[in-house]
Amino acid sequence: MSDRYELRFSGSGGQGMILAGIIMAEAASIYGTKNAAQSQSYGPESRGGASKAEVIISDDLIDYPKATAIDCMLAMTQEACTKYHGDVKEGGILLVDSDEVKVLPTGKFRLLKYGITSAARDELGKTIVANIISLGMITELTGVVTHEAIEKAVLSRVPAAFLELNKKALQIGFERAKTLK
Amino acid sequence: MADRKKKFLQGNEACVEGALYAGCMFFAGYPITPSTEVAEGLSVRLPKIGGKFIQMEDEIGGIAAAIGGSLAGLKSMTATSGPGFSLKQECLGYACLAEIPLVIVNVMRGGPSTGYPTGPSQSDIMQAKWGTHGDHPAISVTPSYVQEILSETVRAFNLAERFRTPVVVLYDEILGHMREPITMPVPGDLEIIDRMRPDCKPEDYLPYDDKYEIAPLAPFGAGYRFHVTGLNHKQDGFPTNDSKQIGANNERIMSKIENHKEEIWKNDELMLDDAEVAVFTIGSTARSARFAVLEARKAGIKAGLIRPLTIWPFPDKAVRELAKRVKAIIVPELNLGQMILEVERVSGAACEVVGINRVDGEPITPMQILDVIKKYK
Repeated sequence: MSDRYELRFSGSGGQGMILAGIIMAEAASIYGTKNAAQSQSYGPESRGGASKAEVIISDDLIDYPKATAIDCMLAMTQEACTKYHGDVKEGGILLVDSDEVKVLPTGKFRLLKYGITSAARDELGKTIVANIISLGMITELTGVVTHEAIEKAVLSRVPAAFLELNKKALQIGFERAKTLK
Repeated sequence: MADRKKKFLQGNEACVEGALYAGCMFFAGYPITPSTEVAEGLSVRLPKIGGKFIQMEDEIGGIAAAIGGSLAGLKSMTATSGPGFSLKQECLGYACLAEIPLVIVNVMRGGPSTGYPTGPSQSDIMQAKWGTHGDHPAISVTPSYVQEILSETVRAFNLAERFRTPVVVLYDEILGHMREPITMPVPGDLEIIDRMRPDCKPEDYLPYDDKYEIAPLAPFGAGYRFHVTGLNHKQDGFPTNDSKQIGANNERIMSKIENHKEEIWKNDELMLDDAEVAVFTIGSTARSARFAVLEARKAGIKAGLIRPLTIWPFPDKAVRELAKRVKAIIVPELNLGQMILEVERVSGAACEVVGINRVDGEPITPMQILDVIKKYK
């Protein structure tokens, strides 16, 4: 299992966690040179409820598409954090949105906190790009894909009118993650 | 060499690409999780190429309209999940008896009833064979990878056209919704089969002409007038009470598949040559099984995998031969024991047959399979 790099994006339905997973996987497999598989799990509701997307990145064929020992997990809500953090492996990264996650889990992982939603709101005026900020942060923290690959992947998935906004969001993510390293 | 695009697609999106590659020009259905993206994709794509997409009033209307589309000469498809597949069963039987080429996609979710719409399952395996009443032919294809959903959808159309019969594409929610990179085929990469059309004069045409094993099918509206019914019928398609004709026709719709099983079967085998324990499974569970088999080999256990891409007709021959040379066949499946009945039937007492089952909406993990494999070290 050592050649697998596992990521989990979790939050509430409608926060763009599945899109974040898709973009990360495309950055690795279409704009990068690796293989990637993205899977998801969500409830019947289209907004709300705990939602997660998982991305496996590998140099080889990926058989099992679900996470088993997570290298890096993002939690955007308390519910998702509490429900899903158990699979983060020893020494792995758990990045939480400190605006939402107040009860912090303990474990042998690196717990990193940042006000992702408030950064999106205060600096860009749109909480909707919180998922893109987090993609920038995860890219910077893990190095699992290059800045160039994630930028191409983000820009290919967002509407033309919002290219600049998303570019900025990604940049904010890169910069803020440096302060957490 | 032609330039083949690499795309990052969801399983259901790959199904759309497969249908279009095969030449599907008509889709009718009713959206249902976790298959909705198949309908959604075709609703965008078909009108752009002159095809037709119809969202019907319900699941029954979906398959009924697809049957009509096929009779009018277009390669036709519908897509659904468990509850909808139940509703489609009567029309599925109609297409079997009336010998109408058709592709039905069933993206399996948790059941019974409305069950667990967003959770995976493999509990419609027996339904794909026995869901409609009466003895009838059944062909089901079972892909495991997004790339394979594309190619197996193409193969499903080919089998439907070749054998004038409905074909079920069976995969689970994990595959329907997961995404991975695939290479888009260009024309010529994959074989395309079209149904045989009559070359006789319209007045001489018999839609169930018994001089053929599988008679040519004329498109409605092309001047060939004929009758189609769900009643047992004569060569001209009109109902009959003649026991000789009823018996012969019922046997022929079965034997047209039975006689060509070698052509329909397709198994993917991994490390079976020297295997002492084999895993038999399909769909996303086969991905866990491949992982487990490779891990077992690293631990020095002679494990192998047989992964049928055609589950119906059941791969009797391959399983029978395998059972003679392994200690055990392990059958993991996301249900409470369906495929295992067939594996037991075919293997007899030749080897041990062990099931691994799960119905909680979560996948069978590689470790679950590995734990059972290890018992045969």
